Amino acid sequence: MTAEAVPASAILLRSGNVRVKKLAETIAIPLGALLASAVLFSIFLLLLGKSPIEFFALVWTGGFGSSFAIQQSLQRAAPLLLTGLAFAIPARIGLTIIGGEGALVLGGFAAAAIAIPLVSNSAPAFLTLPIMAIFAMSAGGIWIGLAGWLRHYRGVNETISSLLLSYIAIAIMNFFVEGMLRDPSSANKPSTMPIGDAYKVGNIPGLDVHWGLAAGILLAVVLYILMSRTTFGFAARMTGGNPRAALAQGLPVGFLIVSCCMIAGACAGLAGFFEVAAIHGQANASLVAGYGFTGILVAFLARHNPLVIIPVAVLFGAIAASGGVIQRRMAMPDATVLVLQGILFVVLLVSETFYGRFKIFQPGRTGDRT
Amino acid sequence: MTLSTLSRRSLLKAGAAGLAATALPFGFAKAQSPIVLGAVYVGPRDDFGWNQAHATAMAILKTVPGVTVIEEENVPETDAVSQSMESMINLDGANLILATSFGYYSPFVVDLAKKYPDVQFRHAAPLWKEGDPTNAGSYFCYLNQAHYVDGVAAGLSSPTGKLGFVAAKPIPSVLSNINSFLLGAKKTNPAATVQVIFTGEWSMPVREAEATNALIDAGCDVITCHVDGPKVIVETAEARGVKTCGHNASQAPLAPTGFITGAEYKWSTIYSLYADLLAKGEPLPNFIAGGYHNDMLQNSPYGAGATPEAIAAADAAIAGLKASEPIYVGPLKDNAGNVVIEGTMDNYDPVLDGMNYLLEGVVGSLT
Repeated sequence: MTAEAVPASAILLRSGNVRVKKLAETIAIPLGALLASAVLFSIFLLLLGKSPIEFFALVWTGGFGSSFAIQQSLQRAAPLLLTGLAFAIPARIGLTIIGGEGALVLGGFAAAAIAIPLVSNSAPAFLTLPIMAIFAMSAGGIWIGLAGWLRHYRGVNETISSLLLSYIAIAIMNFFVEGMLRDPSSANKPSTMPIGDAYKVGNIPGLDVHWGLAAGILLAVVLYILMSRTTFGFAARMTGGNPRAALAQGLPVGFLIVSCCMIAGACAGLAGFFEVAAIHGQANASLVAGYGFTGILVAFLARHNPLVIIPVAVLFGAIAASGGVIQRRMAMPDATVLVLQGILFVVLLVSETFYGRFKIFQPGRTGDRT
Repeated sequence: MTLSTLSRRSLLKAGAAGLAATALPFGFAKAQSPIVLGAVYVGPRDDFGWNQAHATAMAILKTVPGVTVIEEENVPETDAVSQSMESMINLDGANLILATSFGYYSPFVVDLAKKYPDVQFRHAAPLWKEGDPTNAGSYFCYLNQAHYVDGVAAGLSSPTGKLGFVAAKPIPSVLSNINSFLLGAKKTNPAATVQVIFTGEWSMPVREAEATNALIDAGCDVITCHVDGPKVIVETAEARGVKTCGHNASQAPLAPTGFITGAEYKWSTIYSLYADLLAKGEPLPNFIAGGYHNDMLQNSPYGAGATPEAIAAADAAIAGLKASEPIYVGPLKDNAGNVVIEGTMDNYDPVLDGMNYLLEGVVGSLT
C-alpha cells in the first residue's frame, strides 16, 4: 500500500488513494497503540512473575470466549457507549467535558424521582418509561449544557466546571435520596421508591442485555450522521477547529457549544435512565459507578468518532468483564485491569502525536489532502 | 433489618447445637459432586478489618477435599456484584456463593438466587427471611458481646477511665457496640465514660484519624472503633502513645505497645460448619447467627496494653458470655436521663436490635 504502487496519472484513483491512506492511518495508529500497550503490560506481568499469555487468554475467555462472556461484555458496554458519546460530542467542538458521571447520576435520579408519582398512580408503563427517559435526558442535558454555557458566556474552564458540577449532581442525589425522597423501607441503604418489575425496561430478545445497548448504538449512528453529514455538524467541527474563525464567519458559536453540551448531557442522562429503569429499579449510591469516567477513555480511543465508539465500548466492556476472571484464576489484585487501562490511556495519548508523522500514510507528491 | 427479626429469633431459639441439624429441603443433590465456592469481598482482603476477617476464615474452606475456592475482592455494592457472581457461576462453574458485604443482598443476591435456582447463596448479614429464595440464606454474629469484653479489659487498662469510640454511623448495630463497650467498662470501673464521634461513613480514613486525635486531645486514653478498616485509628492512637481495642480482625500487629484486645468475628465457626456440611453433601442452613455462646466470636490475643487484672477480668467476662450471662441489666438510662431498659435483657433479645440511644455514661449524641 505504498504511494509507488499507484499510477501517478490516475487522478481519480489518487483521490481514492488519499482516502484509503487516511483510513489506513486512522486504523493503524490506534491498533499500533493497542499492540504497544499489550507489550508494555506484558512486561509488567513478567515483572510480577505472571504469564502474559494466560492473561490475554483470560481476557478472551472473560470478554468474548462464550455467549455468556459476550453478553457480559455487552452489558458493561451499554453505559460506556452513552458516556463515551457524552465526552466525544463536546470534544468535536473543542471542549473537554469530563462531567459525564454527574449527568448520568442526575439523569438516573430524575428518572427515579419522576417515576414516584407516576408509579404510585399506576400510570401505564408505555407512558411512564418515555417520561422517565425524557426527564433523565433533560436533567443530564441541562447539567452539561450549563458547563457549556459557563464556558461560552462566562469564560469558565469547562473541564473544571463539568467536574465540579459532577460532584454537585451526586450531592443533589444524595440529599434527596437520604431525605425527602427516601423510601422508608430502605433502612440501611437509602434509596428512592423502587419502580417495580412491571415498569422495568426488559432485555433485548434473545440476549441478557438491556435495551440501553440498542439505544446507545442507535444514538451513536444518529450522532455520527449529525456530526459528519449535516451543516450543524460541520459548523460544530469548524468551531472546534478555530472558534474565532467560526465566529468571524458568523456561525452561532454559543448556540453550537451549548447544543453540543446538551446533547452530551442527554446521552449521559439516558445512561442514567437505563441504570435505573433496567438495573437498579431505584436511585441510590449505586448509580455512582464510574461509567462517566471510563466513557472518557472510550471516547479517546475512538478519537471522538461516534461510530468507532461502538466497538471500543465493547472492548472496554470486555476488559472490565474479564477483570473478575483474571482476579480469580490468576490470583492477581483487582487493580491489574486498572493498570492495563492506565497504560492504554497513556499510550493512546502519545499515539495522538503520530498522526501525519508516518510517510507511508501521506498522500505523496500530489499534496491533495482534502 | 427489623423485618427479619422474628424469623431470625425463632431460628436462633432453635438452639445453638441444633443449628447444624436444621434440615432444609434444598441443597446439593449428591455428596460427591465437586463444590466450587465463589467468595465476593467489598474491599481488599488485607484491610485489617471486615474483609480480612472473612478472607482468613475462608482458608478453612480451602482445605476441604473437593472444594475449590475462587475469590474476588473490591467488588462494589452495585450491579458489579451481580456481574461478578454471574461470571463465577457461568465461567468458573461456582455452585456456592458467599457474598460477604451488607449491600450485596438486596436486590443482587435475591435476584440471582431466583435466576439460578441450582446455585446456593449465603450472605453475611441477618437479612434472609421466610419468603426469600430457599437457595439463599444469611449468616451473622453479634459482635457487641466481644465489644463488651473489650470494655471490661479497657476499664482496667485505662488510668483515667475516659475511653474514646470512633463510630461510623448511628445505626442499631453500631450503637449496640458502643453501649456494650460502655457497660463492660463500667463493670470494672464504675466511673468509666465513653466519648463517641461519628464519622458518617464506613470508610473515611482521614476523618477517622481526625476523630482519633480529637478524642485523645479530649483526654481519652483508650480508643476503639466501629468502622470497616480500623487500621488508621489504631495506628494513630499508637503513634500518640494511647492504648487501643480493635474491631473486626486483629490489629495487634499495628500497635505493639498499646493494644489491649479487640472484638473479632469468628467466621471460621460458620465456615467450618459449611465445610462439614459440604463434605457430607448436606444442605446448608438458611439462617445461622450467634455470639459467644455458640463460638462465633473471639477477642484478639491480649497485647502489651492489657494489664494482668484486665486480662483476668476479660477472661471471666468471656466465660460469663459463654454461659449466656446478660450484658444489658436494667434499669438502664440513656444519656438524656430517660429509662430505656427496664429489666434484664437476654443477649439476643430482638428489642436490642432496634437500639436508638446512647446509654448514660456515653458522651456524645446521635445527631
